[in-house]
Amino acid sequence: MNIIELKHVNKRYDDGFVALKDINLKIESGKFYSLLGPSGSGKSTILRIIAGFSQPTEGRVFFAGKDITDLDPAKRQINTVFQNYALFSHLNVFDNVAFGLKIKKRPLREIKPIVKDALKMVRLEGYANREISELSGGQQQRVAIARAIVNEPKVLLLDESLSALDKRLRKEMQFELRAIQKKLGITFIFVTHDQEEALSMSDEIFVLNNGRIEQNGSPIDIYDEPINDFVARFIGNSNILPGRMIKDYEVEFANQRFKCADAGMKANEKVEIVIRPEDLDITSPEKGKLVVTAQTQLFLGDHFEIKAVDADENEWLIHSTNGCKLNQRIGLYFDPEDIHVMRLHESQKDFNARLESYEDEEHDND
Amino acid sequence: MTDKKTRTLFIVPYLLWIILFVILPMLLILWYSLTDSSHHFTLNNFVQFFRNGIFLRMMLNSFWYAFLITLVTLLISYPAAYFLTRVKNSQIWLLLIILPTWINLLLKAYAFIGIFSNGGLFNQFLHLFGIGPVNFLFTDFAFIFVATYIEIPFMILPIYSAIKDINPAVVQASEDLGASRWQTFKYILWPLSWPGVESGIQAIFIPSLSLFMLTRLIGGNRVITLGTAIEEYFMTTMNWNMGATIGVVLIFLMVVVMLITGRKRRRKKVNL
Repeated sequence: MNIIELKHVNKRYDDGFVALKDINLKIESGKFYSLLGPSGSGKSTILRIIAGFSQPTEGRVFFAGKDITDLDPAKRQINTVFQNYALFSHLNVFDNVAFGLKIKKRPLREIKPIVKDALKMVRLEGYANREISELSGGQQQRVAIARAIVNEPKVLLLDESLSALDKRLRKEMQFELRAIQKKLGITFIFVTHDQEEALSMSDEIFVLNNGRIEQNGSPIDIYDEPINDFVARFIGNSNILPGRMIKDYEVEFANQRFKCADAGMKANEKVEIVIRPEDLDITSPEKGKLVVTAQTQLFLGDHFEIKAVDADENEWLIHSTNGCKLNQRIGLYFDPEDIHVMRLHESQKDFNARLESYEDEEHDND
Repeated sequence: MTDKKTRTLFIVPYLLWIILFVILPMLLILWYSLTDSSHHFTLNNFVQFFRNGIFLRMMLNSFWYAFLITLVTLLISYPAAYFLTRVKNSQIWLLLIILPTWINLLLKAYAFIGIFSNGGLFNQFLHLFGIGPVNFLFTDFAFIFVATYIEIPFMILPIYSAIKDINPAVVQASEDLGASRWQTFKYILWPLSWPGVESGIQAIFIPSLSLFMLTRLIGGNRVITLGTAIEEYFMTTMNWNMGATIGVVLIFLMVVVMLITGRKRRRKKVNL
């Protein structure tokens, strides 16, 4: 069932800035969603509209089928973990977490066990009497989560909630957030500009740009089949080249023809192709499908990042576990499935329909 | 080492100032209050102060008026300060609020005498409705009105900066957790802006305890406070010892006010 649905939501500010353009999205119950996009893409605006802090200029917001567009934030079964946690600095950990329950006039003997469970959930047992100022960033983050989940929301919104933490702690919290979501079984909607964060935690990702949803799908779908060069560039590093579709399952780029796994386009249609740096294997010039010259090489700990140029001056980014010699011709090998073909200006609907049409075909052939 | 020495030299002017004009005068006042006119040690001044009903009444009077002035100022200033944090051109508004403090206090007091007098602006206005003339000057109302007018900027400024320091997301968090606007104000906004309210109260209540110029000019000697009493003893009856005693009591009252407003709230621990 859809717990949240946005229908034709537009947001225009008084100064004329258009933050959201015809947003339609469906959020299912019990899943982990990410809204991913650069700053100014409208992802936080969507979150604020779902929470009720902001009103859409046009369009409606539905919660479990009911229109909640004009409902007060206080009356929504949705809670938010704010960007810088927004903890109440004049209250201690217990009073912060108990706030929502005290507002509802629940007796203290009922509040205590609920707060205790929530603190246990975020691994802050024994911190009830601490002041907020005595906590580290990661601990404050956990208090903010505990404060939100004691109200038993159906949906938890997290606004760039990990961005203030250092890298190691962020990784740790990613695992923990995912674990908490699984345990609670409620919907999480996580706003982030960090593609790695979105890929590692989400069941489904919405990629946003300029107030539009560019693409949505599972992390693997989005990584493997980016709909356009924005998504391809934003999600991970990519080699993006102009190309031409010769016929189904054959594409031309870098002045060569290659077998590929895409179909359903017009013959000779102009396209863009994407090859992920980690899908390129270094081999000898004779065995390679492409021949390039390595120019720079960076050692990044778990892999080398190599920049190379082919005969047409196209730049290639290669991730390889082994280094290579610079300024020498090397071959690049890749499988047909590693080539991702993107049509120019294709909508997600057409994109999905096209993928389905020839994937069915493949199954029919089986 | 010489560096350290020069740095200690920087404190010397202020140290001299504070010794000559703060510590020594206070010791002098204490000395006067503990002696009689022939410089013999006595506690008689204090005994007289607390035995004689007039002084206690004056003290209560001072407290009452200072309390009223502070309360009215706070009631006007808090919403105004909140409003200022929400408007676009808050700098211009702030300037407008500070502007009256650039005008000399005496000048403002005389201006109000003009406004409140029987032929003044106030009564002319009331005359339009066929009321009056009403005698405003030399009433409690006039005294509190003018005192409030003068003190308002000193209340608005600290509250304004305290509210401005509150992260707006905190207010949203409170609403998000189900609090109504009133609950958000009561449990979040008010306690978080309390430091500003506190310094506003201290900046107004304490000086208001010893106002004497306004009591004379606007209150017309009907309002008698400890401030007017001190002036009386020093300037008219020349009983410096009694004047100093009232001064000591005032200092003590001020310390009490500071302790009350500045105390840290103890939090009770919960056992989970």
